[in-house]
Amino acid sequence: MSPRGKTRTLALAATAALALLLSACAPGSEAPAPSAPQSGATIETDVAKMGEQTLTVWDQEVRGGQNEQMTKLNDAFEAKYPNITIKRNSQSFEDLGKTLRLALSGTDAPDVVQANNARNTMGAFVKAGQLLPLDDWAKAYGWSERYPASVLKYSQYSTDGTTFGSGSTYGLPQVGEVVGVFYSKKKLESLGLEVPADWAAFETAIATAKDKGETPLLLGNIEKWPAGHVFGPIQGAKVPAEQIEKLGFGNAGASWTTPENQAAAQTLADWSAKGYFNKGVNGTDYDAAWQKLTKGEGVFLMGGSWMAADLADAMGDDVGFFAPPATAGEGAHTTGGTGLPFTVTAKTKNADLAAAYIDFITNEDAMKVLADTGNLPVLDTAAHAPASGVLKDVYTAFESVTTDGVLLPYLDYATPTMGETLGDSLQGLLDGRIDAKAFTEAMEADYAGFTQGK
Amino acid sequence: MRALPRASSTIGAPGRHTARQGLAITPYLFIAPAFIVYALFMLYPLARAVHLSLYDWDGLSLATFVGTGNYTDILADTRLRAAFGHAGAFIFFYAVLPCGIGLVLAAVLTRAKVRGLALFRTLVFLPQVIAMVVVSVAFKQIYAPDGLLNSVLRSIGLDGLTRAWLGDYVFSLPAVGLIGSWVSTGLVTVLLLAGMARIPAELFEAARLDGAGAVREFLYIIVPSVRAELTVALTLTIVASLKTFDLIYMTTSGGPGSSTTVPSYEVYRRAFETGQVGSAAAIGVTLTVIIFLVTLAVNRVSERGA
Repeated sequence: MSPRGKTRTLALAATAALALLLSACAPGSEAPAPSAPQSGATIETDVAKMGEQTLTVWDQEVRGGQNEQMTKLNDAFEAKYPNITIKRNSQSFEDLGKTLRLALSGTDAPDVVQANNARNTMGAFVKAGQLLPLDDWAKAYGWSERYPASVLKYSQYSTDGTTFGSGSTYGLPQVGEVVGVFYSKKKLESLGLEVPADWAAFETAIATAKDKGETPLLLGNIEKWPAGHVFGPIQGAKVPAEQIEKLGFGNAGASWTTPENQAAAQTLADWSAKGYFNKGVNGTDYDAAWQKLTKGEGVFLMGGSWMAADLADAMGDDVGFFAPPATAGEGAHTTGGTGLPFTVTAKTKNADLAAAYIDFITNEDAMKVLADTGNLPVLDTAAHAPASGVLKDVYTAFESVTTDGVLLPYLDYATPTMGETLGDSLQGLLDGRIDAKAFTEAMEADYAGFTQGK
Repeated sequence: MRALPRASSTIGAPGRHTARQGLAITPYLFIAPAFIVYALFMLYPLARAVHLSLYDWDGLSLATFVGTGNYTDILADTRLRAAFGHAGAFIFFYAVLPCGIGLVLAAVLTRAKVRGLALFRTLVFLPQVIAMVVVSVAFKQIYAPDGLLNSVLRSIGLDGLTRAWLGDYVFSLPAVGLIGSWVSTGLVTVLLLAGMARIPAELFEAARLDGAGAVREFLYIIVPSVRAELTVALTLTIVASLKTFDLIYMTTSGGPGSSTTVPSYEVYRRAFETGQVGSAAAIGVTLTVIIFLVTLAVNRVSERGA
């Protein structure tokens, strides 16, 4: 290297060092300190009195019916309150998840954002003081009467973000989700089977279907997370609900390494070993699996209510949906939850308006709009149910689970890394790489590491 | 490659001359515009990444300084060690295998005097033109349990070999790697074809008169003549293999389990999904250093051999 080259390298190094020095404050130090709940402040609920205002809303309601309901409700809000202009920014679920972190820590944050309930999203925002606790508005609008506690707890965190599922209310969801079992009516009939009334009957039906040469269960698990929606209902049937809630919300006081959890994992491993699933589940697309049901290549498909619309389009009246309870006649304990709750950012200039907007898009009229546009309204679901078809089954199942049964949290809510731990471990369990014991141990390591470390 | 230093030294001579006569600052003014842009968009982000990698930060709240903690974690974490191992395996599939295939293919195309060479060249290069996302989706279909590959195996009676290729703990890594080979081969072949076109025909004639066959021609004329092109091809493909992200993101998400995860995918997951920004930065910096060292080694080896 020539002397000239050396000088240049030195200059480069110096510039880099300078850049480092300039930025040498700890990352995140620009972030605001967690804001104290503004108790005692007067709450304004009359939007007409608020004067000319612009409300910025970031949502992820981009698909057909989702987008339709959002447009309708926003138009209705603006028509009712001509002094308000809504600035809507709509992104896909994945995109919103990535941009929200930056948007909330910036100076020009939106007023209302749709934030995923999970600890790595909403939990992290609460912990960083970037969302506003809405308890005062909840009191003013009577949200705790509007929502069943079992649904509202999905948007509740302690103000320091450590406890999930109780504490302050941070947002309200519009729609519900429930994981259950889709089936082909024709297939079931040709096998001489009734719609299973309880979990034991479901397991028998699966075995019967296998004996008669059918593929009893369809699953596409290359994406890793779909198997969680098979394991969830199994766990719901075999493990006490309060334990699963602690495990799912990532709150201390439960354990994965219990005989019940191990039995649930063993069931899934057995199903896989006995060839109840289509071949090569870990290499099959999620979408390919439900398409197999439409082609008559299987009997049951365990999955979320969001697939109902696509399945109904392809199968018409042939497709049905149920959530098997542990004991016939009771409500099922199964995985489910709410759509992404609408929350208010700590940087909003008009929290009253933001809260009024959230109230408006979740009131009784809004639920009707949601049902009319093919969404699963989170409240009074059965009353809005269509007369027939798979959507009627879904609406009925959701109502039954939220009122008589228990809606269990998605297991990956628990810790920031649980999505990966669950996905990797379930793939291993299905493949026979790890046994039920090793599965529960892997889950426990993640859960305990988080609950004890915080 | 060999020509480069010589070229720069001749350009450097008048520069030194001017600098002695005029203002010493003049040359720096000339490079300033480019340097400022480079510093803003390359050096600053790099420095910032190094800075971030020293903290434990969730991307939102106040970070805590952990020094080299994130780097020692990379060594301690079996999953991350495996990720770097997979990237190493991808060097074989992205770089070594395509260079082997490319050398033979280019030699055959050059020496066989095939008609419609332009057409072949286009066909071979085609994978490079298609977006990686599209390639991934197509191969996902081919590797699916009832996909093309398994159908072909079944139709020739090899039912025993059929499997869910991307869902198999043993075969998913080579399956994904071969997609990379398919993509890289085109680039390598076209580069080598260009190099081989420059070999004077007299060399081959002389070799033939001396009684050399096709194999000797390949080993003693073709391979040494395209050494420079081979170095470029290796550098490009090795960098691509270590950076692999889209392929994994679109096909296996690192699965089954963690059997195909790679460093870039871990960076993405940690930065955007699990809120481990510091750790993500540390992996990114480590990957950058590794890529730098590997390419440096490739170029050194090829220069020494010349």
